[in-house]
Amino acid sequence: MLDLTNIRNEFPMLKKNNLVYFDNAATTFKPYKVINAVMDYYENCSVNVHRGDYDLSFQVSNQFDQAREAVAKYLNATSKEIVFTSGASSSLNLVAYGYGQKYLKEGDVILSTEAEHASNILPWFKVSEVTKAKIEYIPLNEEGILSIENFKKAMHDKVKVVTLAQVSNVLGHKVPMKEICKIAHSYGAVVVVDGAQSVPHLKMDVQDLDIDFLAFSAHKMCGPTGVGVLYGKYDLLQATDPFLLGGGSNARFDICGNILLKNAPYKFEAGTPAIEGVLGLKAAVEYLMDIGMEHIEEYEKELNQYFVEKLRPLEHVVIYNPSGTCGIVTFNVKGIFAQDVASYLSSKGFAIRAGNHCAKILIDVIQASETLRASVYFYNTKEEIDAFIQALSEITLEKCIAVVI
Amino acid sequence: MTYFDQNLMRAIIMDHYTNPRNKKLVEDESYKTKHMASESCIDDIYVQSKIEDGVIKDLRFDGVACTISTSSTSIMTALLKNKDIKQAKHIIAQYRAMLNELDYDSELLEEANCFCNLSKQANRIKCGLIGVDAISELIEENEVSNDEQ
Ligand SMILES: Cc1ncc(COP(=O)(O)O)c(C=O)c1O
Repeated sequence: MLDLTNIRNEFPMLKKNNLVYFDNAATTFKPYKVINAVMDYYENCSVNVHRGDYDLSFQVSNQFDQAREAVAKYLNATSKEIVFTSGASSSLNLVAYGYGQKYLKEGDVILSTEAEHASNILPWFKVSEVTKAKIEYIPLNEEGILSIENFKKAMHDKVKVVTLAQVSNVLGHKVPMKEICKIAHSYGAVVVVDGAQSVPHLKMDVQDLDIDFLAFSAHKMCGPTGVGVLYGKYDLLQATDPFLLGGGSNARFDICGNILLKNAPYKFEAGTPAIEGVLGLKAAVEYLMDIGMEHIEEYEKELNQYFVEKLRPLEHVVIYNPSGTCGIVTFNVKGIFAQDVASYLSSKGFAIRAGNHCAKILIDVIQASETLRASVYFYNTKEEIDAFIQALSEITLEKCIAVVI
Repeated sequence: MTYFDQNLMRAIIMDHYTNPRNKKLVEDESYKTKHMASESCIDDIYVQSKIEDGVIKDLRFDGVACTISTSSTSIMTALLKNKDIKQAKHIIAQYRAMLNELDYDSELLEEANCFCNLSKQANRIKCGLIGVDAISELIEENEVSNDEQ
């Protein structure tokens, strides 16, 4: 069981505001531990990381290395497999351009779904355009779920890259990643996992799942914005080209243009990194591991089920993912446009998102172009859900207009 | 009649949202079409105009949008239909001034006066502008094409 009172006391955003925040799929609040880590860097050790010609730089470089180790521990990886990036989007672009574009050729296939976030499909559009490799989509079932049967049917010898979100940002369904990796590997394909919505919520074990590449953002897991991670199996990272070149990524270069790159992960980290962001991410993963990802996962599942159970009796509400488990509830209020519902709820102190969430699936599979998304994190409570349901049960079109005019 | 009673303002919006005027596109070469897909929200509407001899002969729209976007587009298409370009531009300028909390001639805005408080909701002002932005662009494009001829 989580100690919610204690947990909520650690988040200034939860203490100060009366806001009920259900937009955690977009970004999350930060505990003092993370905020203090960022401040500590600026207040006490605000120097660059470069192996120390002086003590302070040496200390900060050590902290930076420890951050890599902390993230590796969080994923059950080794620290040389952890590349710091500016976020999930940049990690996914790095794999697409540095690996996909380097090795794919005409006749090859990139296998994905129509439910991907733009950041995990647009880079592959570009790779497909340049390499002439084709993108194919695994059909989803009528609930928008990716089944292992459909994956098996879609898999074939030409598939060289499988790129999938482990948890969809639209419907919150978790895909059976371990089986997918096993099958993909039996065909010799590499599996790229968009972990933006899974790594913050689930106990991750990249070795057990046998994932090849994994991308995620710190800000969706209590960490700072502007920093993220690309995990890659070491030999795959070594085989990947950097996206940026510059200071810190090369061992030496000469005037004739010969460049000797460092080994992974350093060859990917040209330029001064977001040092405070990386140190903040270290604090975030330590914070999450202290609570225990198993506990977080279990509690969020419970919250998710509670949410759906309370929402279901409301006759004016349609739920699109009643069987979801990962904290994302996607729904609509019949007869009221999603944006109007979100505005009304905002006037009552609830933050949820109205949108089409960058994915085509909603139109094709669910026949609704706009939806509302409520996404919880481990610091949310059943009481907040109760208050939300109360506000939602009272909503009318007239009230939606009255909060504006 | 005054439009400044809050209940009346809400009733007008409700009426135009549930029973929008001019909400049907036509397939007709003499119409020009503008697609407005907002980057900051999820509204997605099309506006059509038929402008001849300096007069807005017809205005139509369709699409999915929130209460404020739909009702404001409905009201403005009804208000601007059959106006000549000069009048239409003047009315649009009054409407924009109202949403920007500047001086404006409320007489000219008729039902559109129901948005006189919209300026207080900074994040919804754009909903009140999506339709007139499309109409303004259609008017401008018509003027440019007339100049070219
Ligand atoms: C599934 C998924 N992938 C990728 C991203 C991109 O993350 P970021 O914007 O932090 O780069 C998001 C963020 O919304 C997401 O939900």
